[in-house]
Amino acid sequence: MTELLAKEAHDEKWGMVIDLDICSGCQACVTACSMENNIPFVGEDEMAYGRGMQWMRIRRYWEGEYPEVTPDYQPMLCQQCGSAPCEPVCPVFATLHSEVEKINLQVYNRCIGTRYCANNCPYHARTFNWFDYEIPAPMNSYLNPDVTVRRRGVMEKCTFCVQRIVKGRQQASAEGREIEDGDITPACAQACPTDAITFGNLSDPESRVSKMVRSDRAYKELENLGTEPRVTYLKGGKSYGG
Amino acid sequence: MAADVKPFIGSKASPHQESEAEELRKEHLMLDPMPRDEMNQMVMEAMTTTTRKWWAWVIGLGLAVAVLLFGAWGYMIATGMGVAGIRRPVFWGIFIVTFVFWIGISHAGTFVSAILRVFKAEFRRPFTRAAELMTTFGLAAGALYPLIHLGRVWVFYWMVPYPNARWLWPNFRSALVWDFLAITTYLLSSTIYLFLPLIPDMAMARDRSSGWRHFIYKLLALGWRGTEAEWFRLRKAISIFAYAIIPVMFSVHTIVSWDFAVSTVSGWQSSIFGPYFIIGAILSGVSAVVTILYILRSTMKNMDYFIRKEHFDALGKLILVFSMAWAYFFFNEYILSWYGGDAAVKQVLTLHATGPSAWVWYTMLICNVAIPWLFLWNKKVRRTPWLMFIITLLVNVGMYAERYTIIPLTLGHQRNPFDWGIYNPTIIEVSIALGTLCLFIFLYLIASRFIPLVPVWEVQEGQMSHTLRKVGKTEIPSVTELE
Repeated sequence: MTELLAKEAHDEKWGMVIDLDICSGCQACVTACSMENNIPFVGEDEMAYGRGMQWMRIRRYWEGEYPEVTPDYQPMLCQQCGSAPCEPVCPVFATLHSEVEKINLQVYNRCIGTRYCANNCPYHARTFNWFDYEIPAPMNSYLNPDVTVRRRGVMEKCTFCVQRIVKGRQQASAEGREIEDGDITPACAQACPTDAITFGNLSDPESRVSKMVRSDRAYKELENLGTEPRVTYLKGGKSYGG
Repeated sequence: MAADVKPFIGSKASPHQESEAEELRKEHLMLDPMPRDEMNQMVMEAMTTTTRKWWAWVIGLGLAVAVLLFGAWGYMIATGMGVAGIRRPVFWGIFIVTFVFWIGISHAGTFVSAILRVFKAEFRRPFTRAAELMTTFGLAAGALYPLIHLGRVWVFYWMVPYPNARWLWPNFRSALVWDFLAITTYLLSSTIYLFLPLIPDMAMARDRSSGWRHFIYKLLALGWRGTEAEWFRLRKAISIFAYAIIPVMFSVHTIVSWDFAVSTVSGWQSSIFGPYFIIGAILSGVSAVVTILYILRSTMKNMDYFIRKEHFDALGKLILVFSMAWAYFFFNEYILSWYGGDAAVKQVLTLHATGPSAWVWYTMLICNVAIPWLFLWNKKVRRTPWLMFIITLLVNVGMYAERYTIIPLTLGHQRNPFDWGIYNPTIIEVSIALGTLCLFIFLYLIASRFIPLVPVWEVQEGQMSHTLRKVGKTEIPSVTELE
């Protein structure tokens, strides 16, 4: 039994905790994500029409009546659902669950662009390549060689920086050890100035994310739909501000 | 012998009675028989007459198909899906709306032909083929959309279950794969069902034509000679197909509705979507039959003999019934969703009726409920072909609005207000949708001069089984059971 538990602890089940009480809505995570994952810029008009490609978006709400308003921010990204609505609807298995990392994968070169997954995602976390977007020089020098670029007509979304997970695992295995808590940090968590984003292994009960998930302030977005999101939000009410 | 019996005194038909019989003949095609060869000639004439106007339409529509459909589609393939107006959160727009619309239209043929055949509704006889052609061409237009709406249409065949080097099968859990299979099954079976009753008419045309027509009809008639054994097998085959195609028809639109019903989208998750979509499809399909019959009657030679007011009358009654059934399903779906109390669903329903696009919702209700209910109960209206033409066109406008409400308008208002969005169709999308309409009319025009639009043998068979019998002093139409 203890062996089983120990094995369980080394299984990977990646999760994220976002503390909304300290999120300032600065969009640093959005920028970092775009740079890390080679996300193209679509231009002002397309962005305003709702075709921004960001895998991570800051949902902004206003509370109260003008001028007495307080902003409310919620970074929204793919929730890497345990029971994901996007997966069964894809006719060609372009979106599926990875057995090792327990996250949703998007196989770009398998996708035929039915966009059914995007309709079926209650979080609207998926973005579609409406065109072939050019990445003008000198920005093309920033392209991350670890991440593939996508062509027009395919769907894409947050991968929990799967390239970093793979790198971290390889690093640990080269050093002859198990992955430790804090080895892997996705771009958004790395860039967050208030440290509102924490990433880690949910199957290890002692990891930072596992402890935070047990917090009184924890909730999951649209959990009632049975999607089993792997992203937990912490929100303690208005007294925390922002 | 009946002919030898002398009429007894006083039984001489009064002029009043005679005119009554005359009226019955004028009214019912089945009681107004015509020598077989004359009727065959009439149909052949209707089929082979091509006016200058017809050519103008064919060429115009052919160009329209090339430019509006293939031109715009080609441009979209080369540039990207972004030339359509869809955006987050409305990932499906006009394409899927028009897809559902055409699949709906394609239900007419099967409904009119198979169900009315199974129930031996005699008024069906002259227009079964016109309706079956709608099925085939409606499917031809509709089946393009699963391709058109793909982001990468050049790899569409990945949806087809075929053995490939990667050992990858399509995802049979996906409603889109069910759709693909259902539509191909329906296309195949409805084409066979169109072809079977066509065989004797092809033979008829073969015997009365020469040149290239003779050659083609000879091929298509499959050597039909009209022997008793051939008729026996043909009837058997038609009967099997008529019964077998009914569940296929029901399955197709149910599966189309499952594209929506199995999703997590609030406003789509409704267990009544299957029958609701089927009723809608039949309503729009039967209406389209009337629209087309009106056009055929007013543009083709000799058609006013075959298509009479009685047919508009009968189909009008059907439309009224289906409009009522549609309203029942609509309100059932609406009220129970609303009563369920889910905040997101309530929001969607409220926005349908009060949001910026509420006019679509009201168009749907006016065209699908108010107009048929206000007009179709009236026999005079049902028997006025041009009025029926307008009403049935409006019903289809309403059905288009229904699909528009269900697809982009529901997708635009999901659970999170931050992600709400309004969708504006672009000229490319509208052009492709119009392009498939042109394709449908184009195919129909070509077919109308190529195959007999009236199933002559069925009409003749019907006329042989119908007689006016004298009962007492009145003449009563009677039907002989044939099968």
